[in-house]
Amino acid sequence: MSMSMTTPILQPVERENYLNKEYGVWSWLLTTDHKRIALLYLISITFFFFIGGFFALLIRLELLTPVGDLVQADTYNKLFTMHGMVMVFFFLIPSIPAVLGNFLVPMMIGAKDLAFPRINLLSWYLYIIGGVMMLHCMLTGGVDTGWTFYAPFSTSFTNTNIIEAGLAIFVAGFSSILTGLNFVVTIHRMRAPGMTWSRLPLFIWAHYATSIIQLLGTPVIAVTIVLVAAERALHLGIFDPKLGGDPLLFQHLFWFYSHPAVYIMILPSMGVITEIIACFSRKRIFGYHFVAFSSIAIAVFGFLVWAHHMFVAGISVYSALVFSFLSYAVALPSAIKVFNWTATLYKGSIHYDAPMLYAFGFLGLFTIGGLTGLFLAALGIDVHVTDTYFVVAHFHYIMVGGAVMGYLGGMHFWWPKISGRLYPEGWARLAALIVFIGFNLTFFPQFVLGYMGMPRRYYDYSHMPEFQVLNVLSTAGATVLGVGYLLPMVYFLWSMRYGKPASDNPWNAAGLEWKTASPPTTFNFDAEPVVTWEAYNYEELDAPHKEGVPVAR
Amino acid sequence: MLNNFPLWPQQASTLAGHVDALYIFLLIVTGMMALLVFVCIIFFAARYRHRPGVRAEQIEGSNALEITWSAIPFLIFMVIFVWGALVYFKERTPPTDASEVYVVAKQWMWKVEHAEGQREINELHVPVGRDVKLIMTSQDVIHSFYIPAFRIKQDVLPGRYTVEWFRATKPGVYHLFCAEYCGTQHSGMVGSIVVQEQAQYEAWMNGGSTGPLSASGEKIFAELGCATCHRTDTPGRGPNLQGVFGQPVQLEDGRTVTADENYLRECILDPGAKRVKGFQPIMPTFQGLVSEEQVNALVAYIKSISANKPPGGAKATASVVAPRHEPGETRAQAGERVHAQPNGSQVQ
Amino acid sequence: MHDSSTTVVHERNGEAHAAHNPALLHHFAEPQQQRDAASLGMWVFLATEVMFFGGLFCAYLVYRQWYFGDFAAASKSINMGLGATNTAVLICSSLTVVLAVWAAQTARRSLLVGSLALTMLLGLMFLGIKGIEYRDKFVEHHVPGASFSFENEPIPGHPGQYANARHAQMFFSLYFVMTGLHALHMIIGLGIFLWLLIMAWKGRFTPEWHTPVEIGGLYWHFVDIVWIYLFPLLYLIDRHP
Repeated sequence: MSMSMTTPILQPVERENYLNKEYGVWSWLLTTDHKRIALLYLISITFFFFIGGFFALLIRLELLTPVGDLVQADTYNKLFTMHGMVMVFFFLIPSIPAVLGNFLVPMMIGAKDLAFPRINLLSWYLYIIGGVMMLHCMLTGGVDTGWTFYAPFSTSFTNTNIIEAGLAIFVAGFSSILTGLNFVVTIHRMRAPGMTWSRLPLFIWAHYATSIIQLLGTPVIAVTIVLVAAERALHLGIFDPKLGGDPLLFQHLFWFYSHPAVYIMILPSMGVITEIIACFSRKRIFGYHFVAFSSIAIAVFGFLVWAHHMFVAGISVYSALVFSFLSYAVALPSAIKVFNWTATLYKGSIHYDAPMLYAFGFLGLFTIGGLTGLFLAALGIDVHVTDTYFVVAHFHYIMVGGAVMGYLGGMHFWWPKISGRLYPEGWARLAALIVFIGFNLTFFPQFVLGYMGMPRRYYDYSHMPEFQVLNVLSTAGATVLGVGYLLPMVYFLWSMRYGKPASDNPWNAAGLEWKTASPPTTFNFDAEPVVTWEAYNYEELDAPHKEGVPVAR
Repeated sequence: MLNNFPLWPQQASTLAGHVDALYIFLLIVTGMMALLVFVCIIFFAARYRHRPGVRAEQIEGSNALEITWSAIPFLIFMVIFVWGALVYFKERTPPTDASEVYVVAKQWMWKVEHAEGQREINELHVPVGRDVKLIMTSQDVIHSFYIPAFRIKQDVLPGRYTVEWFRATKPGVYHLFCAEYCGTQHSGMVGSIVVQEQAQYEAWMNGGSTGPLSASGEKIFAELGCATCHRTDTPGRGPNLQGVFGQPVQLEDGRTVTADENYLRECILDPGAKRVKGFQPIMPTFQGLVSEEQVNALVAYIKSISANKPPGGAKATASVVAPRHEPGETRAQAGERVHAQPNGSQVQ
Repeated sequence: MHDSSTTVVHERNGEAHAAHNPALLHHFAEPQQQRDAASLGMWVFLATEVMFFGGLFCAYLVYRQWYFGDFAAASKSINMGLGATNTAVLICSSLTVVLAVWAAQTARRSLLVGSLALTMLLGLMFLGIKGIEYRDKFVEHHVPGASFSFENEPIPGHPGQYANARHAQMFFSLYFVMTGLHALHMIIGLGIFLWLLIMAWKGRFTPEWHTPVEIGGLYWHFVDIVWIYLFPLLYLIDRHP
């Protein structure tokens, strides 16, 4: 059980923890421990992240030159479709909730596990089944409809395997629903004594809001997929005008979920960033209640804006007005959060560890991404830039610049807790910098490309060679970004064997999860905690005798 | 240098300037907001970098600040919203006497038919300084007619007409892109908008024409036997179509709709859907018997046998447009009427 | 200060030490918490089911509004009598479910087993009647697809007018998808109740612990309620005496 003699660092005998409690494949595949399930998810979503990333690389390589010379048109169409489907459904939507949420939610509220551990495991299996189906679909030709699979192209025109891809997403969707269900019930019913709603970490509020969206939104895309599959298999004509159907109905049903879905992707990341900023500023988040209610407001308003994806689709002017107005309303809580995070820095005691660098990166990139949302919500502008690279840049700023930065920041922040090891700080800061630079280089030129008029999903732009310079910049950035993503893979794996062992609370951070061992025991706490303090009690933690300097290194 | 690294396309329509003005305003406003936030972050990060012995000050929050930084952005957002809406109204309200061009999109080309009869593939010739309205439909999947230099875009749907309009301000050749993914050759579905001086345009028009679209329509009308029932001399088995375009029509089920392009198209392809009151349901469907181009021609013909300025005054165009008031009608009633439109405009 | 999820140890019904109850799962502090969690979990799940059927209902309502007459004609062609019978069957089955829950709460094992069995019987009856209806539609060529035919069907209330076959086909498409998904949920419900029946037969449910019966019952009630909406929407469009 203890380390081998060749380990460079002398180890004391390891305490029993959730990692070494049992060995063997079945102890992992049949586990009900939320922490092990989180790691199962970590491995799976990392796998899909690199698949989706590989497709992105091919896309960017193709776009280096105006002529479509790397792959054929159909292949390119499949590449961007699979990139989107894999990244959205098999990486972004599960990512933080399934990995960090699963790992931390019970601990943060003082519970031994989630409310339904076996359903948690089922969630993972559903995700894997969906993933295998999607892989099979890719290996047998893939799908070429775009991740948005608009009708009637997807129902009546394409020859690719829509039904399999749709069912893969359907199954993965159930995984998402069950995760949300587990979180909602856990947060309502399993808080430790004294853990009132107002004492919850904002990470929990963020995941609660995310879970609401997962629960109420995902079933709608599930039924949409059922209708598309039925139409393809049975020629029903629900969305096909030739059979009396309406293609716009598809778009409404699709976006009713897919817009809230983007809030599923960003809210957890906001939760992570809140925890990191508080810890590395050594102070309570400014405006705790405003941030908490902003999360809920984003979830609620997020359900009311879906048709802003349809301003030129053929909806009426009046509909467009209403949705544009509501889109500005939903922007407001996000802005409020950014201001609160910034205000938290004021009179803080700020440390520049890697998680904080990711948080700074998030603040920069999410702000830019969010502000460009204001452009898109403006009806007059949207007509010009919708379906162009402007939109592509906007959502990548939020999803990659926002969600992925938050995910990486969170992985670094909680890595000592998860693995019991410290990652190498120098490499981590370098990686954060590389990601930030690579990201901006990849996606900022795309704003310009979009306003210039380059449409999305074009594999050949030989009619507009003037677009090449910006495309080359973007591809260059993508390669830098790729390096930035590979580095953490390497050093996290390295640290599991060679990293310095972490103490229980290397950051001297607030939160019940830091009161457990690193790594925690299977049941997290030796005795059920009784909470008598407010969240973010950094004043206490940095009380004079501790000097307020975190990180035992 | 700005010519080599442009930040926006040429402005070649009356709308382009309005869109760019809003864009520049947004760039400035969002730029300032971003700058404000970034300066604060960088300044705080540096100024409050941890120093040994110096502790963070625990600040709960400030309601005043929260309200301020909610209210001010909200006001700014409302300004942007209203400005954006005003530009949008312009963009979606074709002038009444715009010249009309029919567009049929298909995988993967644009088929263009001028009312005067000129046909083009992947090209659209227009005279500078004249309002042009595009009446568009698709033969297969959803496409989108995008002209960056004009700052306009409109999805082109199967099963109904959608409308787009512009007034070009500068002669030249401009990109036309399909902007809604439509399959294998989506990136090949590009073309050119050729804006010409009036004289050149006339010359181009006269160089080979098959006659106005409405004349082809009249021919098809006769060939398909429409005149058998739709007579203009005596009451026939079908409604008299003279003067019908743009007028309110009472239906068998009690509703009243406006006879616009979408309604006419629906009557041809799905005659049972909105039967006119007082007539038997005996009109056969021509679904599958006429192509989209032929439908366009028939619609153009029926429009041509309506008076230029129908007695009611306003000529309602395709239903995706803001409804015009009929005389004596309130805005709400106009909306009601448009809402009861044929197939196309319902899901809104 | 305590809220509902605190671990205040109750002493109720002679239940002195919560930790010894074999049904108490390790991660819960006490049985009440476990019960509350299960109950909330099922309600939340039912909320997702509402959204699932809700999307379908939305599609249905849109087309019904556009093609009202044609939908009315199509609705007339499905058997209202059988539909009404099925409604009665399901309502009765909800009664038997309530009985089952009460039986579990009051340690009446035979009543519990009987009620669960009766519920399943009624469920099977429902599916059987549905099967008959589907077969009728198949025979009449009302199943959407290549062999669909809906000619010369008058529109109720509009003499001389006949339904548009394409629009009627839309009705039937939605009819089969909606009732099909409902039937699928019924079948899953039957599976759940079979398991409950077996557990009840083995005497595993007690007044202290019969959570599966309660939440299984909730699921069944939900499936019933969906049908209560489906019936008038599909069978009773513009029916005249």
